[in-house]
Amino acid sequence: MHSSNPVKSNPANLTTSIHTRARSVDHRAQRAARNRYIAGQILLYTVLIGSSVILLIPLLWMISTSLKPEDQLYLFPPVWLPDPIQWSNYTRAWTTVPFGTYVSNTVLITSLNIIGNIIGSSLAAFSFARLRFPGRNLLFVIMLSTMMVPYWVTLVPTFIMFRLLGWTNTFAPLIVPGFFAVPFYTFLLRQYFMGIPRELEDAARIDGASTLRIYAQIILPLATPALATVAIFAFVHHWNDLINPLIYLTDQSKYTIAVGLTAFRNGYQVRMNDMMAASTMALLPVLILYYFTQRFFIQGIVLSNSKG
Amino acid sequence: MTVRHMSIARRETIEGYLFLLPWILGFLFFTAGPIIASFAISLTDWQIGLPSKFIGLGNYNRIFTGDKLFWQSLKVTGVYALMALPSGIIVALGMALLLNQKARGINLFRTIFYLPAVTSGVAVALLWAWIFNNQFGVLNWLLSKVGVQGPAWLLDTQWALPAFALMSLWGAGGLMIIYLSSLQAIPVELYEAAKIDGANPIRRMLHITLPMLTPTILFNLVTGLIGVFQTFTAAWIMTKGGPNYATYFYVLHIYNNAFAGTRFGYASALAWVLFLIVLILTAAVLRSSQYWVFYAGEKE
Repeated sequence: MHSSNPVKSNPANLTTSIHTRARSVDHRAQRAARNRYIAGQILLYTVLIGSSVILLIPLLWMISTSLKPEDQLYLFPPVWLPDPIQWSNYTRAWTTVPFGTYVSNTVLITSLNIIGNIIGSSLAAFSFARLRFPGRNLLFVIMLSTMMVPYWVTLVPTFIMFRLLGWTNTFAPLIVPGFFAVPFYTFLLRQYFMGIPRELEDAARIDGASTLRIYAQIILPLATPALATVAIFAFVHHWNDLINPLIYLTDQSKYTIAVGLTAFRNGYQVRMNDMMAASTMALLPVLILYYFTQRFFIQGIVLSNSKG
Repeated sequence: MTVRHMSIARRETIEGYLFLLPWILGFLFFTAGPIIASFAISLTDWQIGLPSKFIGLGNYNRIFTGDKLFWQSLKVTGVYALMALPSGIIVALGMALLLNQKARGINLFRTIFYLPAVTSGVAVALLWAWIFNNQFGVLNWLLSKVGVQGPAWLLDTQWALPAFALMSLWGAGGLMIIYLSSLQAIPVELYEAAKIDGANPIRRMLHITLPMLTPTILFNLVTGLIGVFQTFTAAWIMTKGGPNYATYFYVLHIYNNAFAGTRFGYASALAWVLFLIVLILTAAVLRSSQYWVFYAGEKE
């Protein structure tokens, strides 16, 4: 063996006294396979890291802009690292519009919707998953098909209805509908409830527990992960919702963050750093929530993809 | 015994409907009721503050024969669907195949790829309007790095709609997760059997992976179609439908008639036309599925 033979560098090889030609070929094939594997991994990570950078650029750009002093905003090529970092953009964005009011309005509307969505949808899902009654399957099919109805078809008559009730410019049209079952969440929860073993429930029934008790004290506690998924989806949806607050709310003191941001932009000659600071503040809760609860996002998708 | 059995069944029926009440009432008040009301209103000429007047199919007649903006909004939405839906499916599928690899740290990449999908709404639209800025936007800076002079994007009638499609691709991670969960549900034995039969990776992709994913592609196509016809926030924030109606999505036309013009009758007719379009397109896609969607074994 020549010392230049790469096989020799393998310590396992040094201890073997006899190298047959066949083994050497075998090793070469193994090495080729390993090289191919390494090349594949390098390619994979290059693509993964490259795509990640591209996907993160918009958010990094938002944060970078939100921290820039005015003289570094409109430059080409752009400056990525603001110098100095101007935190006051955030306080200015917070105070030029009543951002604190927007936040508390949004928190109120969003949290009541989360509670309402969970109660309404879990009750209906329990009925679909656990109770037997005539018409159940037909109603379930009807519910699934309503998921295909574009929201905009029902928007105008619903608006007229709330107008006739005198509910415009109040939070009621943004909260009351939330307490009725949401078809998508009902479907998700029903899928999850179906997977809960019946034995516990049967035992409780023999002990004389009512249906409401079984729902509240057996099914709901066991379904916490699915309820968390619904809560997160509902949070993201209502936090970001624009169209409903836009058509119902007219007083600035009642605005949510989404409507407030549009007003912020339309209001006056706004600086891009302030606007990106406001956008960052609007997105931050969602991003933080996502960071801590990723598995519930994924679980929701898996559930909705499962056949029942 | 029979009497007792009957009463249990009846009790369960009553309880079943009671528990279902949140959905039944919601369905009546916020889905079925409004759909029917919408149709009734669409037969009237009704503006806020004025009494409504029955005009039969007059609104529909005007939509199809006298409303250039209706056709423009339909064209914009259709062209956008043709751009955004196929590219979205391809990009999401590519991401899913990439993230389905066994590699160290793959979960971190999944987190990053899915991240844009959880962000949406006004803040994201404002951000992208800034990204697309023709003079100082980061997109044209990136393009200049590879020697391309970027277009004016949202200010250019040719490029405004592609800009929206590009923005939608950023959120392809939402679809990606659905593909990923379907990919992971494909039985490994199929691949092993194909390997033994000497099928190379490309053939395994074409003859196992893709057919097994067709039900998911169908699902994404249908939900994507419904979603495209409801594109509002991004358009309303970034362009308000401009320039020169180049991004005048269908629901902007509904919004302008209903809430800017308070022409409730006409807006309701537009909403009903939207309903029928989505219904027909969905039915067409579902019908076409028998030719290209593969259902493994019909196990259930």
